[in-house]
Amino acid sequence: MADPSPAPAIKVTGLRKSFGEHLVLDGVELDVEPGTVFALLGQNGAGKTTIIRILATLLEPDEGEIRVAGHDVAHEAEAVRGVIGVTGQFSAVDDLLTGRENLALMADLNHLGRAESGRRIGDLLDRFELTDAADRLVATYSGGMRRRLDLAMTLIGAPQIIFLDEPTTGLDPRSRRTMWDIVRSLAGEGITVFLTTQYLDEADRLADQIAILDHGRLVAQGSSQELKQRIPGGRIDLRFADAPGRLAAAGALDVPLREDDALTLHIPTDGNVATLRRVLRELDDAAIDVVDLAIHTPDLDDVFFALTGREDRLALSEVEEEIHR
Amino acid sequence: MTPAYAVQDSITMLRRNLRHLQRYPGLSMFPILMPVVFLLLFQFVFGGTLGNGITLGGGRDAYINFVTPGMLLFAVAGAAQITAISVAKDMADGIITRFKTMRIWRPAVLTGHVLGSLLLNVIALAVTIALALLIGFSSPASPLRWLGAIAMLMLLAVALTWLSVAFGLFAKSVETASNIPMFLTLLPFLGSGFVPVGSMPAGLRWFAQNQPFTPVTNAVRSLLAGHHVGSAATIGIVWCLAITAASYLWARHLYDRRPAAR
Repeated sequence: MADPSPAPAIKVTGLRKSFGEHLVLDGVELDVEPGTVFALLGQNGAGKTTIIRILATLLEPDEGEIRVAGHDVAHEAEAVRGVIGVTGQFSAVDDLLTGRENLALMADLNHLGRAESGRRIGDLLDRFELTDAADRLVATYSGGMRRRLDLAMTLIGAPQIIFLDEPTTGLDPRSRRTMWDIVRSLAGEGITVFLTTQYLDEADRLADQIAILDHGRLVAQGSSQELKQRIPGGRIDLRFADAPGRLAAAGALDVPLREDDALTLHIPTDGNVATLRRVLRELDDAAIDVVDLAIHTPDLDDVFFALTGREDRLALSEVEEEIHR
Repeated sequence: MTPAYAVQDSITMLRRNLRHLQRYPGLSMFPILMPVVFLLLFQFVFGGTLGNGITLGGGRDAYINFVTPGMLLFAVAGAAQITAISVAKDMADGIITRFKTMRIWRPAVLTGHVLGSLLLNVIALAVTIALALLIGFSSPASPLRWLGAIAMLMLLAVALTWLSVAFGLFAKSVETASNIPMFLTLLPFLGSGFVPVGSMPAGLRWFAQNQPFTPVTNAVRSLLAGHHVGSAATIGIVWCLAITAASYLWARHLYDRRPAAR
């Protein structure tokens, strides 16, 4: 039987960190259940990497209690290092070694026996589709291969908790999907995955729990579903040929004008067809031409916008960008 | 700390560094070839004249016996420069961040570099000694005195290697790292390595007499010449131990405190 309330894999209370006069983390609280995927979502500079570096014992917090697998990061750093694996934003692989030698180096540093390390290296090369390239220098690897080798090196020590700092930044769409599959399979094995991302779809697809970080503060935490329920319904976006058209439409439909886009109107809707029909009829009656129409169901971007109140949205993933083109 | 793994992890890191040397041999050739070139230059270009200043009418035969100990120190100083470069190169790499998040003996990254550098020193010294013997160096020293001279040189190698590790960590870039230890290769010249310090002007002579390379040079020279060693060995050993201790602490401080590259 599982423990009814298992100790959290990661527990952060009152975390604060400044670099000089610049406050980068301001009272962060996190609670990550073991065996789940946790995504920390935020823009560049929100403080995501700083949190990872503190959890991974690379950086000391100014204030706060941080426990990883029950160990205090401040006083039991060695114990923490024994149960974690870290794959940073920039690949931590040795260019002058081959893929196999990189893995062997990690096996040696994890003090694995000869037979055990040989077995694990073989398994990981297979699993990450690196067997054919195993004896080539890493300097010749593609971005996706490096990222996979990086993760394989992290896994060789069989960590309980792994930290992935922007695991798909800079990867092409295909490598990104491969990385997603890998993350899912890790969670399936009971490994706790803590990842940071600036991509909404990534957090949405992978994470059991999502925390949104904005300028060093957590603005929301919950499952993707819970976060989306926090904001009211969707909207219809209408684009007009010119500003007077937009102004006339705003009058006809009785919606407020927002400053963000001179040619677009956002009409709140619960998403049903009757509303859409009414909107189009009223525009027709007023003889206003609509250039473009889009129906928008709530997503994490809206949550982010609603919670931070800022116009600078989160980044679209390259996959989404591709679709939008 | 897991000191139980100190030896094992250091050797793992040494193996990594040796692979790097093997795949990037240009860097490791420098400290081996430099003393060879300089020994040939000093012996055959300057040696005839300089030797006459050592012993009246002594010429090249006198000079090779005088300059060989100085050239051995020059070899040790040259190897140190490579250590600083390879440490600085390593620190710019993401893999160091990974090492810092692993449960390994923390100084292993540094001791791996030190062991690799000492190996390079042994090779550079062996090549320099072999060449010196080939072009006329002769020594009446017993095997025990030879051993003493080599021990003295290796002690200096340990000191300069740790100093260079600290320089490599301190440097903000690989370029700076290659420049900082340059003065080490000058020190044998500003001491008793190539000419007797008595021939220098007063201020320079004072510096030459009191800088750490001079007692080490003198001790090695006396050991190999079969002369009485005197206090030079003691002073040299104290210098080397002090430099080692201070550099080790400095390097550990820099490695532990400095936030990893990214």
